[in-house]
Amino acid sequence: MPIKREDDFEERRSHLKDLSDEELKERFWELSEKIVDPLIDLAKTHTSASIERSVLLRMGFNSVDAKAIVNQVVKADLLSKGAGHVVYKLAQKEDRPVKEVGLDIKDEKYEKEELQVLFDGGAE
Amino acid sequence: MDLKPDEKLNIKEILKDIENYRPRRKGWTWRNKVENQEIGPFKYKEMSEGLDNSVPLPAARSFNNIDPQPEPVITTEIASGRFEDDIRRMRMAAWHGADHIMVIRTAGQSHFDGLIEGTPEGVGGIPITRKQIRATRKALDYIEDEVGRPINFHSYVSGVAGSEIAVLFAEEGVNGAHQDPQYNVLYRDVNMYRSFVDAAVAKKIMSSTGMLQIDGAHNANATARQAWKVMPELFVQHAINSMFSVKAGMPKDKISLSTVPPVASPAPDLRLNLPYAIALRELFDEYKFRAQQNTKYMESSIREATVTHTLNLLLSELTSADLQSTITPDEGRNVPWHYFNVQAVDTAKQAFAGMDGLKELVELKTEEGYLKEQSRELKERSVLFMEEILDVGGYFKAVSEGFFVDSGKYPERNSDGIVRQLDGGVAANSIVPRDDDYMAPVCDHFGYNNLPEDIDKPCDLIGGCTLHNPDKIDFIDELDPEDNVEKRLENTKDFRENDKIRPEVQWLGDGWVNVTMFIPEEEAIAEYAALEIAKNMNLNKPEVIHKEVMQPAEGTLCEVKGQVDFSIDKNDLEIPEKEESLPYDEIRGFVDENPISVVAATVGKDEHSVGMREIIDIKHGGIEKYGIDVTYLGTSVPISKVVDAAIETNADAILISTIISHNEVHRTNMKKLNDLCVEKGIRDNVILVAGGTQVNNDMAVKAGLDAGYGRGTHGDDVATFLVKTLRGDYDEKE
Repeated sequence: MPIKREDDFEERRSHLKDLSDEELKERFWELSEKIVDPLIDLAKTHTSASIERSVLLRMGFNSVDAKAIVNQVVKADLLSKGAGHVVYKLAQKEDRPVKEVGLDIKDEKYEKEELQVLFDGGAE
Repeated sequence: MDLKPDEKLNIKEILKDIENYRPRRKGWTWRNKVENQEIGPFKYKEMSEGLDNSVPLPAARSFNNIDPQPEPVITTEIASGRFEDDIRRMRMAAWHGADHIMVIRTAGQSHFDGLIEGTPEGVGGIPITRKQIRATRKALDYIEDEVGRPINFHSYVSGVAGSEIAVLFAEEGVNGAHQDPQYNVLYRDVNMYRSFVDAAVAKKIMSSTGMLQIDGAHNANATARQAWKVMPELFVQHAINSMFSVKAGMPKDKISLSTVPPVASPAPDLRLNLPYAIALRELFDEYKFRAQQNTKYMESSIREATVTHTLNLLLSELTSADLQSTITPDEGRNVPWHYFNVQAVDTAKQAFAGMDGLKELVELKTEEGYLKEQSRELKERSVLFMEEILDVGGYFKAVSEGFFVDSGKYPERNSDGIVRQLDGGVAANSIVPRDDDYMAPVCDHFGYNNLPEDIDKPCDLIGGCTLHNPDKIDFIDELDPEDNVEKRLENTKDFRENDKIRPEVQWLGDGWVNVTMFIPEEEAIAEYAALEIAKNMNLNKPEVIHKEVMQPAEGTLCEVKGQVDFSIDKNDLEIPEKEESLPYDEIRGFVDENPISVVAATVGKDEHSVGMREIIDIKHGGIEKYGIDVTYLGTSVPISKVVDAAIETNADAILISTIISHNEVHRTNMKKLNDLCVEKGIRDNVILVAGGTQVNNDMAVKAGLDAGYGRGTHGDDVATFLVKTLRGDYDEKE
């Protein structure tokens, strides 16, 4: 909960006041790195619908199709594999162009089980 | 298509073949500074390369129309909701010196789950779509060729579709973007985990094309109750986004801090803002700075906003600014109008030119004393802020405990900060851990990616991605058959194609005008009287957009906007033909054979000499250069003395300058000159000419003179008139 507190700067700063300007600056950047590291780790190890749509855009799908494909991937509980990955794997398996396969996923031509088998039974 | 300075942008031409448009370059462009640059009669220390086509500042008229361009990139924000009108304003702004055009997004786009397509009309901004970006970028290509300087195009990568927007921007060559996950969390209530996860992907994609990133810290300043107290927090917000960006793969020279002087006059502006600006630049010396104007304390006064802007520009000059943002001075009263964008750009251009080389003249006392103490204290406060973030368990925890945008000067806390829940906000619980076999077969993808080892680049797996092969982009033209640019062009056809004219402030044919009036009544009466007056002037939807008490009883200044619904046909206008000046040799030849002598003076109690000197002096290209003999009597000369001198020298003409127009004294002087010449019996033998800022030909002729000249008149105009009169050209007409 947000707190109310008087300005206790003078007491709090006791460990900072003898630092040189250079040392204070180093401390500033060390602290920001400590704050950011867990955030960047979270980002490295997670994905989202927006991220997966961004992958499909880069693969050449338009935004309307990318959204529909990601919705199908979410339904199949495969977002953790990567939506582009799902399309890619299916294209490999059927030896068809990526674009064609992706549009078939969009058009719900595949049951979610048919997508899940691409990954040995689905998400971990 | 090449633009011609005297031809309007052709919107249809821009939209033609838009599905095949490709950006000519990607990434950010800075201006090229030229040291010790000679421009006109001056040498500048800090200006950049000049433009091929531009509109100089009004006072440049007295300095050979020079248009020095400052070193910082100058930003203007343009987004009226219709891109086809925005691009016209972009051209105007570019002609005045803007080379960073930022478009604000339509209300609600940050919560739109996906990309918007087509060209729908926006509210308070523009729906950012592929077609809108392409059309705008294409127009900017033409405009930058015309002015002779690259123009950076910029918008926002935020909201719940941030990653996709980053891809769109990278594909379409958008040059810069705002990206700061903290902005989503604090001001758009997007779930905090989702914001940061998406942001890393977006930042990596932005970096792939060399886009410049601007952060969002300045919003704390605009939101907090007492903006100057959030200074320690601003350092923290800048640090979090900067460090996060670096770790997502963004080079430091593409990371720009959006910094706003937190307070504005009548607060002691420099004493509060300068230590802050110095501390920020010392801590973030490896990063770029985008100096933004304070908007927190902006009211409806154009004058006041302009002074705040100018003081902020002084701060930029005293510290540094890689980009200088300009906020339109009318932002406190309405959605910005065309000409206020231009005026704000001019304010920056004018101030920087005026302050050129300031740091060579003055030095900031940063080594000891007030500035040093204050900036050190701010830095320590921000370090303490970060220590406590870590103490409570990190950034997310701190946000959930309302650390941010608290109005206390940290470590003071007022328990009024913005609180966001870990599992709350838009798109809560929407991130998914990547499995060990997670894979994305595309380039510039941030984070874990289990790619096969035997490939050069990820997109080889799918035969190329859109970032390497733009032909793979699947272009959507329009999705809405009613809400699109073609329909709007049809509705405004009369103004585009059929020679109809209506005034406008943001959209073609919108009809808005602004009327300024002084009402000699107290505020409330004045306001309602002003509205009635506007109605009597047949203005529709009148609204008082600014009022300022001059004195509680004596009166109030009111500005009223209203709409007109009529239009003017260009072909019905009667515009007097501007007389062409005779060629030099023709005038000179006549004068050689028929010597001309004139008497010249500024008359009445009037000390203005500049105008007359420009008309007569040889070094200003005045009439002396044709060999005309001038007897110059000086300023504040009585009419009688002028006439006496003309008689004495047997002059062919009398030129008077009359600048002061108070109580119609300029008209009186002109009439008096004619009357006296008649009285003395010389009127038929002498040509009488008057000039002045408030003088025009009709007025002078009515006063009995032969000609009158206003602003923008040169010696050759007057010489031409004298020669034509003397050789009888005008007699033939009569």
